[in-house]
Amino acid sequence: MDHVAALLVELGLLFLGLAGLGLLARRLGLSPIPFILVAALALGDGGVVPLEAAGPFVELTAEIGVVLLLLTLGLEFSSAELFASLRRHGSSGLVDLLLNAPPGFVAGLLLGLSWQGSMALAGVTWISSSGIVARLLSDLGRLGNRETPAVLSVLVLEDVAMALFLPLLVVALAGGGPVQAVAGIALALAAVLTVLGAAHRHGHRLGRLLAHPEDEQVLLRLLGLTLLVAGVAQAAGASAAVGAFLVGIAVPASFADRARAILGPLRDLFAATFFVGFGLSTDPGAVLPVLPGVVLLALVTTVTKLGTGWFAARRDGVAVPGRLRAGAALVARGEFSIVIAGLAVTAGVVEVGPIATGYVLVVAVAGPVLARFIEPLTAGSVARLPSRAATAGSSG
Amino acid sequence: MDLTETLLPGVGVRYELTTRSGRRLGIIVQRQGAAELAVYDRNDPDKASLVFHLAPEEVEAVADILGATRMTQQFADLSREVPGLRSGRLAIRPGSIYEGRLLGDTKARTLTGCSIVAVVRDRDVVTSPGPDEVLRGGDVLVVIGSSHGLEQLEDMLTDPRAPSPPS
Repeated sequence: MDHVAALLVELGLLFLGLAGLGLLARRLGLSPIPFILVAALALGDGGVVPLEAAGPFVELTAEIGVVLLLLTLGLEFSSAELFASLRRHGSSGLVDLLLNAPPGFVAGLLLGLSWQGSMALAGVTWISSSGIVARLLSDLGRLGNRETPAVLSVLVLEDVAMALFLPLLVVALAGGGPVQAVAGIALALAAVLTVLGAAHRHGHRLGRLLAHPEDEQVLLRLLGLTLLVAGVAQAAGASAAVGAFLVGIAVPASFADRARAILGPLRDLFAATFFVGFGLSTDPGAVLPVLPGVVLLALVTTVTKLGTGWFAARRDGVAVPGRLRAGAALVARGEFSIVIAGLAVTAGVVEVGPIATGYVLVVAVAGPVLARFIEPLTAGSVARLPSRAATAGSSG
Repeated sequence: MDLTETLLPGVGVRYELTTRSGRRLGIIVQRQGAAELAVYDRNDPDKASLVFHLAPEEVEAVADILGATRMTQQFADLSREVPGLRSGRLAIRPGSIYEGRLLGDTKARTLTGCSIVAVVRDRDVVTSPGPDEVLRGGDVLVVIGSSHGLEQLEDMLTDPRAPSPPS
């Protein structure tokens, strides 16, 4: 087979395989991310069936996957929702950071990572997967629950916090000192605030610039603008991901629904290649030795996410079972943990790869399972304490 | 009535309503037009125990059903408040001479002084219909006017004689 033929055949088999995995994941009520990671581990160097021709293609397009993931994340919520979340759940966001990032950092140091690598791992354990969690809440019929606004607010705050964390991490990984780090985060903060303010006042102009009756025009304009801004952000030493995120939040809410609908399929495709690319770059042989530490880390950070959910839901006057549901819903980490780990790997701290892979494998599976079964677990205690749950609930 | 509105970031808006009978109803309006109706658990008031998921077209149907009765009720309230003003629902029977004709052909306002404020057609409600609105058999006209005008209009609509042809 010539090169093109090999590339097409490998890609075709890859996408068919991903379709099958996605189906299996849905059947089990889980996220496809851990399945894709396992498959990609098997396909990478030292794996079972190495991906020869398609490997370079996947690695190249993985970057576009990150850009699209962050763009659609920015499209996901409006500045009004962000400010409302900040007002009501600012302290929950802070508790989330203080409870969930330090375990990752300490674990990183214990596992022999540099402080930059440990910082990346702190981000990995901190950021819940908004994709997995939102899907889970919808699947379990919990969108109407009283604890759900608290969960969603924490996710929004994490997402914005990540726009500040990513440039900081990039500076640290590039070997910058504290001065550069402070300058980097100041720059990122200024950029995020400027874009949010501008989106609030002048967002409709960007909307007019992008709007067109034909989907093709919208797709090309939005994609072109996003890649341009992402590229400039990358060149400026921030991160392409942050640039894409800023474009996402600058798009006005009135236009965001259409943009999401148009970009959705493209995002799914490239995000999948990004997960595959990350898995390919990870040596499966390196995952097994770190697995015991990773499982321990997953246990600790499951408890800390339960604490986060407990705190956030309690602020909304939710009773004990609801607080546990909120915590369990937040346990899953996924796409953004991989984005953060991917940054570290690209910067040369490859040891983060196997740890993050193992970690996401564990929590992306354990999180949804825990969220599902925390209900029967707590139902017993509710039955025993009906009066208490009822009074605590109605007081809020 | 206690109706609270909560923002669900990234999802939509949730409305919560405690009915007079003491049950709580949650209405989650999602961004893409779908909605969920939730009834809360008696033991755990934070938990939606019964959830209906409505696709966008189902949301539209439910909204129309509730919206239509709501509107006629509002008219009834209105006529109760203003003395001398009556509202009524007048049907265009299938096979009626007005079937397929324009609303303007009834000359309702000129001849009877009544205003046709809405046309209820199956599940749809046409509010403030124009004179070009084509009437169909089974349509119900929501009309406001004096009691005399309403009687006149009802007689007209049930009169077997053809109306004057449109000029």
